[in-house]
Amino acid sequence: MQQLTRFAADYVGYVLKGGTKFYAWMGSLAVLIVGMMYVFYLQNTEGLIVTGMTSQIHDGLYFANLVFLVGVAAGAVTIVFPAYAYHHEGMHKVAVLGEMLAISAVIMVTMFVFAHMGRPDRLWHMLPLIGIYNFPHSMLGWDVLVLTGYLILNAICGFYYLWCKYTGKPINYKWFMPLVWVAIVWALSIHTVTAFLISTMPARPMWFHSMMPIRFIATAFAAGPCLIILAFLIIRNNTKFWVDDSAIKLLTTIVTWCLGIALFLTLSEVVVELYARTEHANGLYYLMFGLHGLTNLVPWFWGAVILMVSSFVLFLIPSIRNNFKLLPIPCVMAFAGIWIEKGMGLIVPGFIPTPIGEVTEYYPTFVEWLLTLGIWAFGFFILTILLKGAIGILQGDIKYVAAK
Amino acid sequence: MTTKETPKACPAEEQPSVCTAPPASADPAASAPKTSRRDFLKAGGMLSMSTLMGTAALMTQSDDAHAAAEWAEHFQKNYRLMTDAEKAEARARLERRYSQEYGKQVTVDTTGPQPGVLMGYALNIRKCIGCRRCVHACVAENNQSRGTKPGEKIEWIQVLRMERGKFEQGKMDHGYPEGLGIQVGGNAYTPAGQVLEGQYHYTPEAVPEQDATYMPIACMQCEKPPCVKVCPVRTTYREADGPVVIDYNWCIGCRMCMGACPYWARRINLTSPVLPKEEMNPVTHYLGNRPRMRGVVEKCHWCLQRTRHGRYPACVEVCPVGARKFGNLLDPESEVSKILERKNVFRLKAELNTFPKFFYFYD
Repeated sequence: MQQLTRFAADYVGYVLKGGTKFYAWMGSLAVLIVGMMYVFYLQNTEGLIVTGMTSQIHDGLYFANLVFLVGVAAGAVTIVFPAYAYHHEGMHKVAVLGEMLAISAVIMVTMFVFAHMGRPDRLWHMLPLIGIYNFPHSMLGWDVLVLTGYLILNAICGFYYLWCKYTGKPINYKWFMPLVWVAIVWALSIHTVTAFLISTMPARPMWFHSMMPIRFIATAFAAGPCLIILAFLIIRNNTKFWVDDSAIKLLTTIVTWCLGIALFLTLSEVVVELYARTEHANGLYYLMFGLHGLTNLVPWFWGAVILMVSSFVLFLIPSIRNNFKLLPIPCVMAFAGIWIEKGMGLIVPGFIPTPIGEVTEYYPTFVEWLLTLGIWAFGFFILTILLKGAIGILQGDIKYVAAK
Repeated sequence: MTTKETPKACPAEEQPSVCTAPPASADPAASAPKTSRRDFLKAGGMLSMSTLMGTAALMTQSDDAHAAAEWAEHFQKNYRLMTDAEKAEARARLERRYSQEYGKQVTVDTTGPQPGVLMGYALNIRKCIGCRRCVHACVAENNQSRGTKPGEKIEWIQVLRMERGKFEQGKMDHGYPEGLGIQVGGNAYTPAGQVLEGQYHYTPEAVPEQDATYMPIACMQCEKPPCVKVCPVRTTYREADGPVVIDYNWCIGCRMCMGACPYWARRINLTSPVLPKEEMNPVTHYLGNRPRMRGVVEKCHWCLQRTRHGRYPACVEVCPVGARKFGNLLDPESEVSKILERKNVFRLKAELNTFPKFFYFYD
């Protein structure tokens, strides 16, 4: 028990110390978080009317970011899997950082769930025993289950590992390894279930196809590692902690080929939908070319395509892929491209046209943008804290010293 | 479709003349044969409610019925799990609160499904003239939000106005291939059936219009409702007598049901509903037209406050051409059963296996 309090105190103490750069970063995130808290308050007193959502398009930025971030959380498995399944040396050293990323991504997802609800004050209705849990029928019920499970698994695996490093005790592989394996498979389940959440709705023909889960996984395993590569490069340049080249190179390979598969799947979908061009293709057609003179999403779609295709090409060029000065460029491009593809390119056009054929457009309001930005800021805030503490422990800066 | 069957043009903007006054038969106290059990429960309910109110008032430090009721509502159970006493309690609480809020005697009916009844609806699309009186009557009867700002206006029924298509000689060669091009289908037909934003809010001079046909839709009260399956908290469900209802006090506003509905029959209360005191219909049902709150989903429930007491839904009653029919599907002598037996009937989006209890027919 005494060890535990010391662990917490040491951790917090280490995280609080930092240079000007660190305080500037955390301070600007905090400003955004305060803004987010204000608009969240506004939304819960005025109602969802302060957002751009309507009865026609009732899921917007929040849901889009939720879906995207589930992918980022799942993407952490691209570190954990090579580390434990292939005993990849470089990866093994940083596996715990991937788990920290997963934790902060799931926290962001949870916050987007709160932002999305019309009545967040009633969320306890979903808790088993005191509320009602429509299980196993409701996909949202499944989603809550897998997300909570993933958060718990990663928190246990990550912090147990750090704890052992901190106290210098050996890791008990008897139960640690099974848990890691469960977490790896579980990572797939979170994005698969999120895909099922929307692809099990025949009322929305644009989503109603079985390619959705695999497309989700492919994009997740591109977007997640992109963020991780960026984080690793920042860590390498700003701390004494050294992330091996081999780890970054393996992640680059994973990103490249998952991006390639994602593009191939998108192309297949476009061909299948637009060759016959049935009424059910209207959503995709609206997204690509506009419908009845409404073209709000067309630049977003083509923007995403350009970002994804060009980053794929850049990743294929060895001189860029292996140059860690240039590598952030395709990473940012792929990350942004997939973010657009999941948000404006998937969630919103699913509602256009509506089931009765009404074509209407969605304009996110300032409140929505600020809330979204604020949640991202909060996620990065948590991520910085988790990564900084973890690095401190991995480096041996924080160590348990038995009190005399 | 021919026009000869539709009646002469009549003014479209005639105000609905019915349904705002409490119908005598819809008052549960007056209509149902006196049940001493209910009276007993009500008395018991009042007693326990007052206890609860006292506690709640103490906790909120307020004796305002609205605040106290809201406090208690936060912790009430899902409607289906409530005991009869708890239902009576919730009912009394709401009646008191609404009466204070709207300045009139409000009743909240909790009558359940009647045995041997399965409600069904039939609509003669050949007769509909697109006057939209059903829409207005529905809004008045069911206490929908009347705001003018986007997002504040809620209507459960849409009468889709669709332009009649026609084949035109000038378009015969449209899309015809040139050179080695492949013929992928020229279309001499003017596309019909497309609905654009707000096209069900049309206000013509007179109806029916020469160049339009109408397709009224609302909740289809599916036998296999996709909305019920996706609800994570089982707040929406199908009642034994047919209608799909929502426990407004249990809805978390996740909008999964709206995504799953192939008929776009559900609406989200983006803000607190705008319901003027004088326009509020005080005859309500717990699962039906009682005033809703911000952030919850609502939908058509076939006027439970009326139909459970032997009356027609407001839209059926108001329809000037008698296009709308309503009745008990289990009773072979009911109007709806006879229509299903004798007329040409179809259901919307049959391929989705939702099995609507809302049937379209034509003579």
